[in-house]
Amino acid sequence: MKYAIEFNHAWKKFKKGEKFDSLRDAVPNFFKNIIKPKKSTEDLTDREFWAVRDVDFQVKKGEVVGIIGPNGAGKSTILKMLSGILIPNKGDMKIHGRLSALIEVTAGFHPELTGRENVYLNGTILGMKKKELDAKFEDIVEFSGIREFIDTPVKRYSSGMYSRLGFSVAAHVNPDVLLVDEVLAVGDISFQAKCAQKMREMLKSGVTIAIVSHSLPLIQSLCERVILIDKGQVLKEGSPEEVIPFYEKIVFNQQEEELKNKLKKSTFKVAPTDNKPLITINKVDIIDGKGESKDDFPFGSNLTINVEYNADKKIEKPVFSLVLFRSDGVVCFESDTKRRGVSVESIEGKGKYIAQLGELKLSPGIYILQLSILDRDLVHPYVIRKEDVFKIETDSVHKQTSSVFWKDVEWRMN
Amino acid sequence: MLMPLFKYRDLLAMLVVRDIRVRYKQAAMGFMWAIFMPMVAVLAGIIVKKAMAVISGGDLELLGIVSMSVKILPWTFFSSAIRFSVSSLVSNSNLVTKIYFPREVLPLGAILACTFDFLVAILVLCVLLTMAQVGVSIQLLWLPFIFLMLFCLTAGLGFLLAAANLFFRDVKYIVEIILTFGIFFTPVFYSSDELGQYGIFMLLNPIGSILESISQVVVLKQAPDMLWLLYSSVCSIAIFIFGFIIFKKKESVFAENI
Repeated sequence: MKYAIEFNHAWKKFKKGEKFDSLRDAVPNFFKNIIKPKKSTEDLTDREFWAVRDVDFQVKKGEVVGIIGPNGAGKSTILKMLSGILIPNKGDMKIHGRLSALIEVTAGFHPELTGRENVYLNGTILGMKKKELDAKFEDIVEFSGIREFIDTPVKRYSSGMYSRLGFSVAAHVNPDVLLVDEVLAVGDISFQAKCAQKMREMLKSGVTIAIVSHSLPLIQSLCERVILIDKGQVLKEGSPEEVIPFYEKIVFNQQEEELKNKLKKSTFKVAPTDNKPLITINKVDIIDGKGESKDDFPFGSNLTINVEYNADKKIEKPVFSLVLFRSDGVVCFESDTKRRGVSVESIEGKGKYIAQLGELKLSPGIYILQLSILDRDLVHPYVIRKEDVFKIETDSVHKQTSSVFWKDVEWRMN
Repeated sequence: MLMPLFKYRDLLAMLVVRDIRVRYKQAAMGFMWAIFMPMVAVLAGIIVKKAMAVISGGDLELLGIVSMSVKILPWTFFSSAIRFSVSSLVSNSNLVTKIYFPREVLPLGAILACTFDFLVAILVLCVLLTMAQVGVSIQLLWLPFIFLMLFCLTAGLGFLLAAANLFFRDVKYIVEIILTFGIFFTPVFYSSDELGQYGIFMLLNPIGSILESISQVVVLKQAPDMLWLLYSSVCSIAIFIFGFIIFKKKESVFAENI
């Protein structure tokens, strides 16, 4: 058999709102369905929606596939259908081999029982036999690292111990096909390292794995193939190098939209001189090397900022300043005319200025520009504008870093 | 039906053990409750019997007490098994929505855990009956069959009600009401004969005819009333099959409707 997981054009619908049919309708329907099972209806009634639409993919034996996508995209629904918890309305799926689903590793725990009893209980719920558990019990306890408390009821455990024990049981199931849903991030750093190590061991042993995670670095390091799901549909499928940047682009676009809306709504209060700010900034253009005004730029662009302002009164020795924030609030850099030694005698009426940022090797992401004009002592702002957002994009997965800047470091090996 | 259950027998056994263990956890008397509870039930029955005897002006007969005792324990089993199985799916919603296994192990596990208590109760009752010098007879061989029917009836209702309760939580309250008052409409503290021509209504209730059969076999040492035993067996098996089919029909939508 070539494939371990076959997922054939599956559709699944859910209902919105509190699903409560009146008892008067439900009872006759209940019996009608028993006598004549309704064909799985393909059209939606008013409150229904497709959570998974025509999703179709196959996973070869021994392959590791990552499923990514925003919250509510239908990833977990797909895993639940694979594990048999949910049944698709249309389409079907086949799993070849023993399946184990790590959807919530502590789901089978009973708080009143001791760690030892729960290892057996959870193990059998996950599909192990009693004999198997007898053989593996020592390993499980060793892996969890809570031997001392194994005979204590798990209701007395800390939440970390709880999930460590849960993962330890689940990690010893030895399936042919493993479904993982966001459970690798349990415990402290050293335990997470252990989990990742265990996952790699499983990979080597030839287990077929479908893994859902929001941790893109994890997906990138473990998976050979990535499937991007959005609004219940497969958006893209391919190598991590292809799919992950594509996904990040979508995420950045959404983030940019949200930020713009948010920034427009919030007005920055400038210390009232005469209630009305003395200076207004009318127009801001962010321009790339070719002189085009845009919102998103490829990695490494030359950026220039053109600003048009209007001063109602004559202002002596103003200072122009700019600050660049990353979307999470980190200040990337700032600059002002005073510290750069550019002196401006006075301004009045309409005016323009240009700030050349040069080649910016900012990591891909969303950035917010704050422009302000202040008095000569940098104490009193005449105007602050923080609503210009731009985005840096890249097609290369290697430029994805958590740092602010990409730096081309020269490496020499001696 | 039995194939997947056989495959998941370890899980079923583990769930039964879990239910039994959890019941007596953090109780100072622990497992002693399993022995103590049936004795309390019998004692309560004796008090009721005494009260009835005082009101009707008759004597408290040993036969009546013994008959009541052998009926109250199966009734206790029935009512507690129904109570536990009705909520078995909902109270394990974590498992239903997160992990796949045949769902019938949940109500079945709840019923088997109650069966364990029932078996302990039977042992206690055997001791009590020996002390009361109730002898044995060949008719006791009917008991395994009658108990099997009792189990089928309980399991069938358990499947049906557990599934229904998953969709409509009203079921739990309705069942609670019926079980609370059910003891008055079931021949437990009295026998159906005492009601004369109305006794038939007590026997139409399959649990009633099962209880009377048990009493006939153990106390009166007679063969059970074949017609009523046949009736209750047919009812039990029919309810078992009906309940199980409905349960399996609806199983696939449990996770999204819980």
